[in-house]
Amino acid sequence: MEERKVSKGIPVGTRRVISYIVLIFFALLCLIWFYILLINSTRSHAEMTKGFTPIPSTHFLDNWTNLVNGTIPILNGFINSFIVSGCVALLSAYFSAMTAFAIHAYEFKGKRAAASFILAVMMVPGQVTALGFIQLINRMKMDDTLFPLILPAIAAPITYFYLKQYMEANLPMSLVEAARIDGASEIRIFNSIILPIMRPAMSVQLIFAFVGSWNNYFTPALILHTDKRKTLPVLIAQLRGADWLRFDMGQVYIMIAASIFPVVIVYLVMSKFIVGGISSGAVKG
Amino acid sequence: MNKKSKATRVNRWGYIFLIPFFLTYVIFQIVPLCSTIYNSLFENFRSGLKQIGPNFVGFANFAKLFGTIDFWNYFENTLLMWVGGFIPQIVVSLLLAYWFSDPSLRLKFQQFFKTVIYMPNLIMASAFAMLFFALFADQGPVNSILLSLGLIKEPFKFFASVTASRALIMFMNFMMWFGNTTILLLAGMLGIDTELYEAAEVDGATSGQIFFRITLPILRPILLYVLITSLIGGLQMYDVPQILTNGKGTPAKTTLTVIMYLNQHLTSKNLGMGGALSVTMFIITGVLSIVIFNLNKKKD
Repeated sequence: MEERKVSKGIPVGTRRVISYIVLIFFALLCLIWFYILLINSTRSHAEMTKGFTPIPSTHFLDNWTNLVNGTIPILNGFINSFIVSGCVALLSAYFSAMTAFAIHAYEFKGKRAAASFILAVMMVPGQVTALGFIQLINRMKMDDTLFPLILPAIAAPITYFYLKQYMEANLPMSLVEAARIDGASEIRIFNSIILPIMRPAMSVQLIFAFVGSWNNYFTPALILHTDKRKTLPVLIAQLRGADWLRFDMGQVYIMIAASIFPVVIVYLVMSKFIVGGISSGAVKG
Repeated sequence: MNKKSKATRVNRWGYIFLIPFFLTYVIFQIVPLCSTIYNSLFENFRSGLKQIGPNFVGFANFAKLFGTIDFWNYFENTLLMWVGGFIPQIVVSLLLAYWFSDPSLRLKFQQFFKTVIYMPNLIMASAFAMLFFALFADQGPVNSILLSLGLIKEPFKFFASVTASRALIMFMNFMMWFGNTTILLLAGMLGIDTELYEAAEVDGATSGQIFFRITLPILRPILLYVLITSLIGGLQMYDVPQILTNGKGTPAKTTLTVIMYLNQHLTSKNLGMGGALSVTMFIITGVLSIVIFNLNKKKD
């Protein structure tokens, strides 16, 4: 490990230089792939067969038009991915806040058991129940539709966990009491008082849920069979499965770019909140 | 009396607000879990055009699963590729988090660096794998660069080499997770009382001693959390090797993970073996989850 070498003798200035060099190295390591992706999505297939150059070319729009007019229903993929991810984000944020509110604000029998249960199942991965899930979806006649990808988001233990943490720190019960005295119904209290207070935490969770769903590949690949109903990750897998060497590489790169960059842009705009939101639910030392 | 009944009436809403979560969870998680367990006890698959079963066979599917070398091979692949990504991840993350939190370094542009190193975590893993597949292809840009630098004479076939294929998957896992781990560890390090450091410095401790005798022991719970969540995630490794090798785990099934194996059973409709494999993974992740549960509970 590096620390062992950094004895008291090394001046702070040298240590600072070393840490900047290492940080810049890892930052470049993270960025270089996106740079190559961006460059290659502006180059035509013919240009790319001649080898790599770090200078962008002019075929960005050509590649995009070729992709849209090609055999892969990319626009449908976009729309499907947006519908699924948008609905997942909204449902999981809204209902997780509701669940957190139930546990936080009320006293009832079985409350502790309910809270422990949600905490216990938090890490159980979806893959291990996929077999039964597919059977259930077939029986419900929801195979090859987007519903099985959306509806389960109502029960999102991890989102619940983060929102409950936030609620404990930021929601004084006196506020709820005051609203009750004013005669507000419990539903109304939740919708018009609790939700606005929860907005900062919920917007971070909205993004995480959206991104998680946008990137999800395992379940959609098992549920969606018709090309026009597939989401982007499933279409990308299809691209890999095709005889891709004969494929126009310009289209391959622009499709990857189109799947990645919407998330990157949202992330860069919101990064301040997101980077702060990652650690808020983790175990403190 | 009246007041008490009013309080009960209000608290009734606790149950009502829990209904959406629990109803959804029971329908889409508990019911599938039960039918997965049920399926694991039956022989039920297609052999060509013929449907075999379902016949009740008890734990025969589990015996078959553990009795054949396939499962153990894929389990080993999964663990190996997880470890290969996790070790550099934890080393680099500890180092970066330590620097970010060191007040004497006063690093600038911290927000920029954190933003950049966290970014790969949000990238669609399947698209990222597809990108690496294109970049490291025989005629891809990486080979083109290596050729033009004169480092190699002919294109290196990354995906025909066991070591290179596995190393690429490990590297991608490392890239996607080290930023996340850095930020988690940093939160833990910033929580450490600076008086501890000052006292140690007064007593003449070196930076190395401070790191190994103060920082690491205090970080133990959070390191354990990172280890277990990463292991649970690692056991689910799927998107990257699946796309990179087109679901085949090439070369010679050395990159085939447990969940890729499960996916093969699911797509070929071998419900008995798929069920047994699912239940096995459920038990393993369940045991690991209990550790996390206790960690979180302590904090609750």
